[in-house]
Amino acid sequence: MAVKEKAAASVVDAAGVVDNTAARKALPWPKRLAWHIQHYWQHWLMALPAMVFVFIFAYIPMYGIQLAFRDFVPSKGLTGGQWVGMKYFNQFFTSPMFSKVMVNTIKISLGTLVLGFIAPIVLALLINQIHSTKVKGFVQTITYMPHFISTVVIVAMLNIFLTPNTGLLGRFFGGTSLLDNPDMVAPIYWLSEVWQHCGWNAIIYLAALSSVDVSLYEAAKIDGAGRMQLIRYVDIPTIMPTCVILLIMNMGSILSVGFEKVLLMQNAMNLPGSQVIATYTYMIGLKSFQFSYATAIGLFNTLINFAFLILANWISKRVSDTSIF
Amino acid sequence: MSSASVSVAPKKSGADIPFNKHVAQHREPGDWVADIVIWVLLALIVAVVVYPLWFVVIASFSNPAMVSTGKVTILPVDINFGGYEKVFSDSRIWIGYKNTIVYSVVGTALNMIVTLPAAFALSRVDFKPRRVILFLFTFTMYFAGGLIPSYLLYKDLNLLDNMWVFILPGAVSVWNLIIARSFFETSIPEELHDAAQIDGLSFFGYFLRIVIPLSSAIIAVLGLYYFVGHWNDYFTGLIYIRTDTKQPLQMVLQNILLANQTQQGGAGNGGQSALQQQQLADQIKYGVIIVSTAPLLILYPFLQKYFNKGVMIGAVKG
Repeated sequence: MAVKEKAAASVVDAAGVVDNTAARKALPWPKRLAWHIQHYWQHWLMALPAMVFVFIFAYIPMYGIQLAFRDFVPSKGLTGGQWVGMKYFNQFFTSPMFSKVMVNTIKISLGTLVLGFIAPIVLALLINQIHSTKVKGFVQTITYMPHFISTVVIVAMLNIFLTPNTGLLGRFFGGTSLLDNPDMVAPIYWLSEVWQHCGWNAIIYLAALSSVDVSLYEAAKIDGAGRMQLIRYVDIPTIMPTCVILLIMNMGSILSVGFEKVLLMQNAMNLPGSQVIATYTYMIGLKSFQFSYATAIGLFNTLINFAFLILANWISKRVSDTSIF
Repeated sequence: MSSASVSVAPKKSGADIPFNKHVAQHREPGDWVADIVIWVLLALIVAVVVYPLWFVVIASFSNPAMVSTGKVTILPVDINFGGYEKVFSDSRIWIGYKNTIVYSVVGTALNMIVTLPAAFALSRVDFKPRRVILFLFTFTMYFAGGLIPSYLLYKDLNLLDNMWVFILPGAVSVWNLIIARSFFETSIPEELHDAAQIDGLSFFGYFLRIVIPLSSAIIAVLGLYYFVGHWNDYFTGLIYIRTDTKQPLQMVLQNILLANQTQQGGAGNGGQSALQQQQLADQIKYGVIIVSTAPLLILYPFLQKYFNKGVMIGAVKG
């Protein structure tokens, strides 16, 4: 207490507010810790529940990743099995399923990445061209709506609409459902994703567009810019940083496709085109109980995603000075 | 990797993004063509988004034979509530409904209790450990243990086939926490903190009495995100729940909507042809979709005004 008073007396600014940061830095660490706890125990207490939940449900499973390098023995728990190194990774890389699930996963996710990136930008640029606030609000309200529908319902709607002969769309495509065709799974997935999330994902670009400096438009108009040029030289550069950030974040999920959605879309006929890494992990792990093998496949997936995220971030830092970390 | 720093993008309030007046004022001949193209494109987009939803609504109470032969297009034909009768008499749906309401309400309550205080503590610049804590939180968005390690953990924690598996593991969504943190960072004036300190309010008191009452926008947005997440959660039921009576609505929906049982018309329809049964099954499906999505659609107009705000708060900047 005496030390604290001395520190308080030493640095007092004009307004009489005590600034003892400098004095505090000079204290030995146990005293600094005591000071920190005394001042910040309420901050810690408020953050603690979230920290506990994140620790238990995110970090403990990370510790369980070692299962990928061990033979799993149920009676011995996570760490008890024999260390087998890369055995399960090699098993996956040499398995005939490897190339199939990789191709399917990349096909589905890359198409979603590209379409899901471009469509909201186009929609936002279009909506931004409307002058009436009411119409703007109406278009936004309508296009956000599908975002809140559950995956189960979306896939059910796809199934019903694509029913051959009787479905809303199916009646135009002959006697078999498009969903039964392995080659059509990916396009159906892309388009339904765009349909569901395009409006919602446009919000962030609309927000960026609403902050355009009006004088930029004026200046461009004086220079004789037409409407397309305003979009090209004012609107698009304005949303560019947002686009780059979202692209980087999406790169972090290059090998992640919506597990639920693909699983629900799967049927015996389309399986050659719809078995992806996530559903394969589920099948190997929880259907045939090869825990170590499934963990290895899951880890491989996570590592590739992580590598792409880092790579995209690095490139973007180099090229446009925009990055998420 | 430092945490992805997030900040409010525009200065203007989001609910009504103002249009740029000058664009409306000076009209040149070419603008009319551009206007027409833009309006036609947007009308098309709105139609493509709305029509499938509208079709489900009208098909759910039209004569199923008319629906399957393509006679139902814009308005319901030969109104008939047979599908809804079957839906409302199906006990599975009500069990699923009840379960999902319990999981969603309890889950969202816990989400808010855990997320808001943590987000606020981590929004305080003077709280130095926040950088490390936020880094450790953000890291989990990009790197996770995966399905099997999580499954084994839940098994050890006795969460398998237990209703708490819907509530505890997802108690905090890091993404939502970051959104809330940037809201607190940018929307609560620092002067309030100084004033509260002068008035002798503790940090807890400041949070509860000053900050929370000023945060209705972020509370509405987070509440909606979390609630929709719980309502639409299919994965948890699929992986961790075995007992039918504990299954959430989405699992029940999957059983009804995707199991493709042509005999769904029930035993009482012995006289019907396979075709009629198939048609009734489809009508039941349309009805189920409406009944299961209705709560979200009812909430939707009330919360809609917060959407722009919420997403803009989450606007990620470098």
